[in-house]
Amino acid sequence: MLSVLSKGFKPAANSTVAAATTVTSTRLASTNDVNFTVQSYKLHKLDNGPKTSVTLNRTDALDFYRKMQVIRRMESAAGNLYKEKKIRGFCHLYSGQEACAVGMKAAMTEGDAVITAYRCHGWTYLLGSTTTQILAELTGRIAGNVYGKGGSMHMYEKNFYGGNGIVGAQQPLGAGVAFAMKYRNQKNVCLTLYGDGAANQGQLFEATNMAKLWGLPVIFICENNGFGMGTPIERASASTDYYTRGDYVPGIWVDGMDILAVREALRWSKEYCDAGKGPLMLEMATYRYHGHSMSDPGTSYRTRDEIQNVRKTRDPITGFKDRVVTSGLVTEDELKEIDKDVRKEVEEAVKIATTDGVLPPEALYADIYANTATQEIRGATIDETVKQPFKTTTEVLKSIGRL
Amino acid sequence: MRPVSVIFGRFLGRCSSLQASRQLATGSTCTIRDALNQALDEEIRRDPNVFLMGEEVAQYDGAYKVSKGLWKKHGDSRIWDTPITEMGFAGIAVGAAFAGLRPVCEFMTFNFSMQAIDQIINSAAKTYYMSAGKVTCPIVFRGPNGAAAGVAAQHSQDFSAWFAHCPGLKVVTPYNAEEAKGLLKASIRDDNPVVFLENEILYGQPFPFSDEAKSEDFVLPIGKAHVERVGKHVTIVTYSRGMEFSLEAAKELASIGVEAEVINLRTLRPFDFETIKKSIMKTNHLVTVETGWPFAGIGAEIIAQVIESEAFDYLDAPPYRVTGVDVPMPYTQTLEAAALPTTAHVVKTVKKSLHIQ
Ligand SMILES: Cc1ncc(C[n+]2csc(CCOP(=O)(O)OP(=O)(O)O)c2C)c(N)n1
Ligand SMILES: [Mg+2]
Repeated sequence: MLSVLSKGFKPAANSTVAAATTVTSTRLASTNDVNFTVQSYKLHKLDNGPKTSVTLNRTDALDFYRKMQVIRRMESAAGNLYKEKKIRGFCHLYSGQEACAVGMKAAMTEGDAVITAYRCHGWTYLLGSTTTQILAELTGRIAGNVYGKGGSMHMYEKNFYGGNGIVGAQQPLGAGVAFAMKYRNQKNVCLTLYGDGAANQGQLFEATNMAKLWGLPVIFICENNGFGMGTPIERASASTDYYTRGDYVPGIWVDGMDILAVREALRWSKEYCDAGKGPLMLEMATYRYHGHSMSDPGTSYRTRDEIQNVRKTRDPITGFKDRVVTSGLVTEDELKEIDKDVRKEVEEAVKIATTDGVLPPEALYADIYANTATQEIRGATIDETVKQPFKTTTEVLKSIGRL
Repeated sequence: MRPVSVIFGRFLGRCSSLQASRQLATGSTCTIRDALNQALDEEIRRDPNVFLMGEEVAQYDGAYKVSKGLWKKHGDSRIWDTPITEMGFAGIAVGAAFAGLRPVCEFMTFNFSMQAIDQIINSAAKTYYMSAGKVTCPIVFRGPNGAAAGVAAQHSQDFSAWFAHCPGLKVVTPYNAEEAKGLLKASIRDDNPVVFLENEILYGQPFPFSDEAKSEDFVLPIGKAHVERVGKHVTIVTYSRGMEFSLEAAKELASIGVEAEVINLRTLRPFDFETIKKSIMKTNHLVTVETGWPFAGIGAEIIAQVIESEAFDYLDAPPYRVTGVDVPMPYTQTLEAAALPTTAHVVKTVKKSLHIQ
């Protein structure tokens, strides 16, 4: 080890969360990798946990930075489109929570699965959608992830089971995906994500019990962003130590604003589950910058100062950037270049999302049943009853030359 | 511009701020939101056993602002914020009702009442029967129901037929502001479990509001349909948002000399069949209008009852239904619109019934 760059990630004065951002970094002699120390974890019913000393290489540093920036920019674009009334209904933004998804994705391996709630744009991107597919879904266009049929809350990819709009429903579903993995003797995990609000739903406790009984490779992950809609966690949860709430299921508290801590925690958890010791319950301490959805200004139940303070002292992207630049792993110019690229990518996505066509009317009747004979679908009146013109949206798309 | 900051959904309301609508109220209109707010406020004041419980109902003033100001006014003991645990708090509310309180249990939307369906059906609806009348359950489950705008399949559906299916539940479906107030007050005073289905799209809409309706004693009877428009050529039976399409259709039909009788059910259970029967025996034609799915829906039930009754012999044409399309709700606007019934559907169907080209 040559130089010790102790400045690292600056802790903020007077911040209750400052401790979580104290980090030192060490450049390794042999490679260009850098050692970082991350905030320690809190453990529940575990004798040891993830390491606090982690290494990061240049490629990953650039990749993580890029992905977090894409999500941040894509969500701002979504926010603007919503204000321009080009996005309808709900629109829940992930801004502030980027380190959670990007860090977890970094530890995933082939065949691992994810399920989450409606705050799903970032995950959809990480699991394979382009920014265009996501923004175009939000605007209800053919270029969208599900061609405009699902909207903001319902997007899917291979090994990504959505996008669920019913708070608490995704938790047993995630355990079910893990059940299938165990059933097939697959060495994989299902990351089952839910909010601090959803952590109180009874379904979680039912799923947790069965997951433990049956040793399912499910990692329950509570993204604690401080609020469920307008309710701060203290008014909704009798215990806000979400990583301990699986009782007999071991748990880990993770600084969800530190992508390196998140990645290491997931890497460790995966190993633990792969060894047949699952389930686990993780808590990612994070924060949401915007209101619950775009129609919530998000300022009646917290102060603007609070939001500003998190942005200043805990922002997952700024914090990461400081670290990787200060440690000499990447240069400021390289990151600026990424910023430029990302801006361009999102701008182009917005263009398509606002100009692409929408599904033809026949798509209304498509996708009712899988592998089933053509159905008669009753319309608003008996005279508008139709024999499904297409059984699937895929057939519709083919018919208009979009597939 | 959105006059009320709402955490959930986007309102199409025209008159939403409480103050603005209070002024409107003196000018004799009131929004559904404010009418419901008045009913809650008055009933909470009137009976110390009445309390409101649900997600975001207290400190946030309600996700749709129906309970605006109530927590400030009545405090923690009467207005209870719950965690997002529908099965749990619905069960707690039902238990409290068994023990003599009169809970008003708000579901942020009825889509989420499905989390609590067992407590509604198996605990609330059946206990009076199972206990041979020893245990009553005076509770109101209320909240927004029906197709909303731009929120896709899980957040946009009409549960009227689901609840109406179950004996033991009263199911109330107000359309205008006076009904919203008068029927909610009646529901709270009722000794049975009442499912009170408000329409999400109509919350911000102002309706005429009489001096009588402003009174604290204004109560409308549960179980009575209302002939909203008298006519002689065809009977249109509908409720809730279906009223909007039906009244518009009736107006349009009047311009070609067709006088439609529009029956606003107001209540699905108990079901006021007499009013329907009488009307059909006069008009000899029936069209039902609802926004929910057709299969085993409210229209299907009405028509079955008509066919089984003496009114059948009076029909000069088959009875017809106007309903939502038999698909889950898609997100994109054009498909969403195509999944719902419109005024044009009602007009066309009436014409079909009357053999008008
Ligand atoms: C069963 C159910 N109840 C209520 C809602 C309405 N709702 C949507 S999101 C939400 C808050 C959830 O908060 P949390 O789980 O902390 O997730 P976050 O939004 O913070 O990511 C509520 C109450 C719902 N969608 N489903
Ligand atoms: Mg939350």
